[in-house]
Amino acid sequence: MNEIEKLEKSKKRVKYLLITVTVLFIVLMLVVPLISVISNSLAECFSFYIKSITTEYVKSALLVTLLATVVAVIVNTIFGICAAWLLTKFSFKGKHILATLIDIPFSISPVIVGLSYLMTFGRLGWFYPVIRAINMHFGTDIRIAFAIPGVVLATVFVTFPFVSREIIPVLNVQGKDEEEAAALMGAKGFTIFRKITLPHMKWGLIYGIILCTARALGEFGAVNALSKTRGETFTLPLEIDALYMSGTRTSITSAFAVSSILVILAIIILFARNIIEHSSRLKEPKGR
Amino acid sequence: MSAKYRKKAKKARVIPGYHLTLGVVITMLSLIVLIPLASVLVYSLKISPSEFIKLLCRENVRNAFATSIGCAFIAAVINIFFGLIIAWTLVKYDFPGKRILDGFIELPFALPTAVAGITLSKLYSETGFFGSQLAKLGIKVAYTKVGLVIALIFVGIPFVVRAVQPVLEKTDGQYEEAAFMLGASPGKTFLSVILPELRPALLTGFGLAFARGIGEYGSVIYISGNSAKEHTQVISYVIMQKLSYVDYASATAIALVMLIISFLLLLFVNIVQAKQSARTNLL
Repeated sequence: MNEIEKLEKSKKRVKYLLITVTVLFIVLMLVVPLISVISNSLAECFSFYIKSITTEYVKSALLVTLLATVVAVIVNTIFGICAAWLLTKFSFKGKHILATLIDIPFSISPVIVGLSYLMTFGRLGWFYPVIRAINMHFGTDIRIAFAIPGVVLATVFVTFPFVSREIIPVLNVQGKDEEEAAALMGAKGFTIFRKITLPHMKWGLIYGIILCTARALGEFGAVNALSKTRGETFTLPLEIDALYMSGTRTSITSAFAVSSILVILAIIILFARNIIEHSSRLKEPKGR
Repeated sequence: MSAKYRKKAKKARVIPGYHLTLGVVITMLSLIVLIPLASVLVYSLKISPSEFIKLLCRENVRNAFATSIGCAFIAAVINIFFGLIIAWTLVKYDFPGKRILDGFIELPFALPTAVAGITLSKLYSETGFFGSQLAKLGIKVAYTKVGLVIALIFVGIPFVVRAVQPVLEKTDGQYEEAAFMLGASPGKTFLSVILPELRPALLTGFGLAFARGIGEYGSVIYISGNSAKEHTQVISYVIMQKLSYVDYASATAIALVMLIISFLLLLFVNIVQAKQSARTNLL
């Protein structure tokens, strides 16, 4: 009896120790930095805060960021659904290679993404003559590197597998019997997708879109290489970088003020994520 | 999937949309990912091998590789330790505020890297909340490798926690009970029963955090100070520097080596995951 009591006691001690370590780690490493953004952004008075987030530079950066995010979400949702349909409903040669290729953007440094777009569309890139020919012929002024299209493309690249990666496991678990039955009974492709597949992957799809949005809003390294004009092609993270690098006390406070916009978005995203996980778990008690 | 099944699938694809989705996927993948990456490869092939080696052997490039890989490795090891504790606590114990803490784990995914970078840099600078306390103890964090490692711990922790959590949720404690019945001490039970069960998940988390850490840019460039003398330049920073000097040859050479490293890590993670799923399917 004594032995078991002793064991229970030591188990309890371990439990409290581990909870303390966890709470300390999360508070010190994650919560304090989050609070510090907000407190730094209000280091000057509140009117300074408002002034910092309403400059022309910030407005333009916000527009570019939102444009890139919306395009990234739309493109990657279309891609994600197609890729998930292809990889979970059919078997074919090279399927595993294709799946690995889709995951490439996950493990690549964002700076290399920027570099690769420069090597393609920049002055040295092999696609540059093509663009120049088009511009000469039609009298247009299309630019990709160091312009908005480059920023948007780089954002699409870094978020490329986010949606597909969330829905593929869900559809894999579901299998393809229902779709096959529907197809044999004569249902059209789009009807099968809308009535059977979409309800199954709904939560995975929303989760993927949320992750994609979060990453697209905050992308820095890839667009940093491709965007040089402040107030025109800068995104919010680049604007934050420019303000912070100016180095004066007020400009650093401004950098944190602009950051607070992204922090608020990050908190909303975290909330949405948790709500979704909760609802999807309620529906399927076994969880992901 | 058995060969018989594959044969059947080839004979008749009942579900429509194979050619359409295959076309869309391959076109988009090529345009957005493969062709731009191939441009890096093509450009780096233009550099002669001896020049390639020379570019990579420059002192600041070598130092940056050592710094990036070394710091990412240390951060990933620390993350395995704390990630395991956090995942264990969040799965096995109940306490008030648990769900909020659980939600916070994903903060590094949701917070833009540049924001994380300037915040950590400010917190650990000598005037900051942590930095001023640590300065009293004579510890300097900002603009040193320690700061770099802290930033990489911040970005890497969700990878480990989120890899371990689902596996822990699935283990229902029957092995632990069996080990206890057989007279094993809790420490021994953990080391020889639970830890082997978690090894694939820990390795996956380690691989992902390590890979992310090697290429990390936004969250580390502010806190590291980017000094060539102090060896606090990370490899992504060096690429960016070469780009702004329009030294494309060096940038692509370094990028190619990084691409190879990340492919190897991705391969490692995929193999670990394949083994893990093979094992869970057997159970």
